[in-house]
Amino acid sequence: MKRRSLVLAGCILLLSLAAAPALAEEKWPGIDDAVVKKIAREHGREARPSLLNFGEGDLQLFMFLLAGAVGGFVAGYCWRALVEGKQKRKE
Amino acid sequence: MKHRRFLLLSVFLPVVLSPADSHAMHISEGILPFSWVLVWYAASAPFLLWGLRELARRSAVDVASKPLAGMVAAVVFVISCMPVPVPMAGTCSHPCGTGLAAVLLGPALGVVVAAVALLIQALFLSHGGLTTWGANLFTMGVMGSFAGYAAFRGLRSMGAGLTLAAFAAGLIADWATYGGTALIMAAGIRGTSPFWPLFGKIALAFVPTQLPLGVLEGAITAGMVSLLHNKRPDLLARTALAPRRPEAP
Repeated sequence: MKRRSLVLAGCILLLSLAAAPALAEEKWPGIDDAVVKKIAREHGREARPSLLNFGEGDLQLFMFLLAGAVGGFVAGYCWRALVEGKQKRKE
Repeated sequence: MKHRRFLLLSVFLPVVLSPADSHAMHISEGILPFSWVLVWYAASAPFLLWGLRELARRSAVDVASKPLAGMVAAVVFVISCMPVPVPMAGTCSHPCGTGLAAVLLGPALGVVVAAVALLIQALFLSHGGLTTWGANLFTMGVMGSFAGYAAFRGLRSMGAGLTLAAFAAGLIADWATYGGTALIMAAGIRGTSPFWPLFGKIALAFVPTQLPLGVLEGAITAGMVSLLHNKRPDLLARTALAPRRPEAP
């Protein structure tokens, strides 16, 4: 059973690695592009860029990482107050 | 147990590591005319206020309600950011997560967590938009949560098992969200065109992608609810899944 599962897992990984370049070349449009924006454009409504543009790629990832780290630290530091409440903690 | 983990890893790794663009399904910035932007903000506002009051009421009784709602909001945010390719349609979309939120927290708090997730996505990820936030909240938050909750409660009252009812909640919440999106789009962009043919056209265009994705969302919801039920029944004591207290004589 264990060996069969390992072989199956290996096959899935190999197949997906082999298919990755093809998948990368082939565009998988999101349903917003394929349906929402397309039909809106046909009816004269064009999507606009976001009102706030925070960029893409590493900067955005870094901001998310930073926000996650700060938020996680604050939530962890205040965990007992969050879960038990300040009143109970004082008691 | 270990080889099962290998198997799961081999399925998830390619999904995570495969190069693919991320796309959203929400109504994008600028698509709806200003009058409809106001209409959907106004339509969503009472539900959001109801949800916030419900959150305040619950946290006054049980202070741990807020962290639980926050964690569910984080789950909904992640689920609704996760692009899933649908090979038979050649497109990708993502689940909504509001069915799960409605089952765990109730539909009013489902609207609140959807509002938070949609706001962060609109601000930082260009998913949806600030002008279309009200419309997206109405579809994903209001229609998704309430339809999912109604399916869950309806099936439970008919004696269905927890897993089946949770599956139906995820499925119906997903489909209701896209039905709502088709409705809002058709009303907003039709101009002088008749409403129903345009609504049918948009709804049909969603079908090849959302039909299988709804089933996937149902499976995700059923899996998470039954996992919580088995592993952390104490958490469920604070949720909409808690057994209703018998009325005092």
